[in-house]
Amino acid sequence: MVIRVEHELHTRRRGRNVGVGLLLVGFIAIVFGLTVVKVLQLDNITQFETFDHVARPQLVPQEEVAE
Amino acid sequence: MTDISANDRSYEAGMGDYFALMKPRVMSLVVFTALVGLLVAPVPVHPFVGFVAILCIAVGAGASGALNMWWDADIDQLMKRTASRPIPSGRVAPGEALGIGLALAGFSIVLLALATNFLAAGLLAFTIFFYLVVYSMWLKRATPQNIVIGGAAGAFPPMIGWAVATGGVSIESVLMFALIFMWTPPHFWALALFVKSDYGRAGVPMLTETHGRDATRKQVLIYTLLLVPVALGLGLTSIGGPFYMVVALAMNAWFLKGAFDIWRRDDAACEADKHRVEINVFKVSLYYLFAHFGALLVEAALRLYGIGGWSW
Repeated sequence: MVIRVEHELHTRRRGRNVGVGLLLVGFIAIVFGLTVVKVLQLDNITQFETFDHVARPQLVPQEEVAE
Repeated sequence: MTDISANDRSYEAGMGDYFALMKPRVMSLVVFTALVGLLVAPVPVHPFVGFVAILCIAVGAGASGALNMWWDADIDQLMKRTASRPIPSGRVAPGEALGIGLALAGFSIVLLALATNFLAAGLLAFTIFFYLVVYSMWLKRATPQNIVIGGAAGAFPPMIGWAVATGGVSIESVLMFALIFMWTPPHFWALALFVKSDYGRAGVPMLTETHGRDATRKQVLIYTLLLVPVALGLGLTSIGGPFYMVVALAMNAWFLKGAFDIWRRDDAACEADKHRVEINVFKVSLYYLFAHFGALLVEAALRLYGIGGWSW
């Protein structure tokens, strides 16, 4: 038997590596997609954009300040 | 070392071998019934969340398949039907199957909890536990009723699908569970009556071998009779309707007639026509489940146009 550069084992390993790679890409797509869906389901998104862990009066709409 | 083929003795599994660990055919039934449970629920689910939920349920089912193959590898190699599975045929190491099964189970449960709710994830976790511990470890080798109680594992998916949408359990989801639960014994025993199995050689008690074929025929009839009120009762709930009822009446009459025919036969009659009736009833049982869940889907679709269910 001669040494072959490409053995059947290499083909199988490549298939496995490609498979694992695709699974990881799929997993990333799922987590990203879920994040987008969950954030979009949070009603008005601006309420979270203005949240900064401390009170920021300059972000409160003017009408409310006037009252 | 002069030849790379020296490595051939230790076979390295390919993706197909790992996929086979997950019992893809069982997974297809799980996906179908879980999808119906999710779609007939009165609460709409975002399509992407629904897709991820069904994927999680399918992967969870695959994980229990892998864990079952890990546990049963010793008896699988003794039976002709299972000897070519990845572990007994040496394509996947037992430890690998255990690792893959546990990892996939963990992934699917956590992802389902994050994507939907804790009840759905809890039901999925319980299903995997039930299939591996209650069915595979405790019942399968201990009692000929293994298939009856073990059937619960296959009955949970529509209940999980319903929980994904509603976040709860209700009479509808319990009856969908009961439909598959009561359907499993006559479906499986009809198969056991015409397939020459070697369960005895592997030490697995099967009703046909422990109590005989006549007792099995009687059990097929009893469970089919018990199945009828469950199937018709489901039609009276909020997810049923006239269309479902017509389908259920027809399918139950067909299945019941088959069960009666099996019950009236003896071994000589079976040998004479090469188990024609048993094979037929087994096929009918497959149509039976598909038709019931398909009819539930049709009712849900009709409701979108205001003509489904009992209220119109």
